[in-house]
Amino acid sequence: MNYEPVIGLEVHVQLLTQSKLFCGCSTKFGEEPNKNTCPVCLGWPGSLPVLNEEALKLALKVGLALNCEISGRLKFDRKNYFYPDLPKAYQISQYDNPVNGKGWLEIEYKPNKAVILSPDAEASKMENPEAQGDSQKVQDDKKMITKKIGITRAHLEEDAGKLLHEGIAAASLVDYNRAGTPLLEIVSEPDLRSPEEAYAYLTSLKAILQYLEVSDCNMEEGSLRCDANVSIRKAGESKFGTKAEIKNMNSFKAVQKAIQYEIKRQTDLLESHERVIQETRLWNETKGQTFTMRSKEEAHDYRYFPEPDLVPFSISKETVEGIRKDLPELPVQRVDRFIKNYSLSDYDALVLVQDKQLANYFETAVAEKANPKLASNWIQSELLALVNSNKHTVETLPKFFPATYLAELLGLIENQTISGKIAKDVVAISYESGKSPGTVVKEKSLEQVTDTKLLESAADKIIAAHPKSVADFKAGKRQALGFLVGQLMKETQGKANPKLANEILVRKLS
Amino acid sequence: MSFEIEKIAGLARLHLKPEEAAKLKNDLEAILGYVKKLETLDTQNVSPTSHVLEIENVFRPDQVNPSQVRDEVLKHAPGREGNFFKVPKVVDK
Repeated sequence: MNYEPVIGLEVHVQLLTQSKLFCGCSTKFGEEPNKNTCPVCLGWPGSLPVLNEEALKLALKVGLALNCEISGRLKFDRKNYFYPDLPKAYQISQYDNPVNGKGWLEIEYKPNKAVILSPDAEASKMENPEAQGDSQKVQDDKKMITKKIGITRAHLEEDAGKLLHEGIAAASLVDYNRAGTPLLEIVSEPDLRSPEEAYAYLTSLKAILQYLEVSDCNMEEGSLRCDANVSIRKAGESKFGTKAEIKNMNSFKAVQKAIQYEIKRQTDLLESHERVIQETRLWNETKGQTFTMRSKEEAHDYRYFPEPDLVPFSISKETVEGIRKDLPELPVQRVDRFIKNYSLSDYDALVLVQDKQLANYFETAVAEKANPKLASNWIQSELLALVNSNKHTVETLPKFFPATYLAELLGLIENQTISGKIAKDVVAISYESGKSPGTVVKEKSLEQVTDTKLLESAADKIIAAHPKSVADFKAGKRQALGFLVGQLMKETQGKANPKLANEILVRKLS
Repeated sequence: MSFEIEKIAGLARLHLKPEEAAKLKNDLEAILGYVKKLETLDTQNVSPTSHVLEIENVFRPDQVNPSQVRDEVLKHAPGREGNFFKVPKVVDK
């Protein structure tokens, strides 16, 4: 039996304000427990919440970027439940008049994501020395898929406090620093059909939020959280199956894995003629499984009602249009611009743009006259590999290897001072030492050998030393040439101009 | 008017004795019956009221204004550990 997964995501994102949603407490992360609390966020009788104007503005920015309907009439409601992380025993949220109504978001992804191989300069590549800087991305030729995902709503609400359970017997400890922090809950329609699509949705949503500068989207600090609603149904069926809500994923990869697991679990249930139960499940990263969260006997009954402590709000069309006018360039626009201005592929443009800092780095290098296509390749292969292997982040990349260095390096390759292979060593040394690529090349005498005489004598030596490969090549084995070129490169400590080395060997062997 | 007094009490974390439940059920029914009179009014052209005051758009600027009540509050908490509030163990939501 074929099943189709139906996935909807709920993303909670912390808005970048200085103070909380309804009081003047700081939103700073990592403060002493309960330092950022006051009578309002602790829910003392007689205290009154007042809306943070900036939080509403940030919420509207997101709404506009997600193409949401904005009615301009909004109010807040109380969502009632008892839990120690909620000092008032209700959360101020929005029920029937959210800031942002229905909208949509476009996702773009490549099915079975392209593998980016770190290219070991196998000899075979030497046969094609004109390949771009040797740093080739091996991509499948599958087309990018574009899909519109509906947004149900994006509403404002206050965060709850933080509970600590571990290592404490018979008690839980509560820190209310986070209670009252402004959150925007962004709810998607159940339009996602695979873990891959869910991942693509999160990546493009995060990119939008970062471009808007409304949140730092730090999953570790909890400023971006994601729950997934997952159900499956027989292929072709229009009715939804029973869903499970999955929580506790702390990375986009974890969301993808948890959904994957859940689809399999539900499929197995249906295949063995059992039923899926509507429940909340927790993802366990170590075990790679979801587990039932001990469920209450009764279903949640939040008894929403209008928050009497806050007045309603109306936002004028002019205000909304003013915010729209000030929206920055958004990822989708930047991708278009990268494709148009720099002749990048859809895929390359997307990879760069989805990380704002990476895209900025790229544009700085290009402004320094780097060849855009080469810059894109080198960033995505060598530079990201260095960032990852050093456990650095894209944010600190310019500190270790400024974009001007990249432009300089690509210049050295283009004017044939160094080969693409040597360039990789140069990048690594430069990244490590902070010296510019030009300096590294000079200090280590890494200039390419283009001296034909020298290369010819080296080629003679190689041909004499490898009669079998020579015979193989003459018998029509192309790979043998690769091997011989490789040997010649080795003989010259990798400094031979690969194109020239190739030509000389072919000439001598024919 | 049909409602389950036990369910409402449960949601409010109230533990009612049977005689209390019966009395409260009567009281609630009386109140709801009284309010029901409103349903006889024609509200076709009246928009729903979400607030009794006729004001809107009350904002505060995004400014930090530390309150420093923590120590006072913790003094009155039923349980504390360091700067944390201490509550009976809760595991799930």
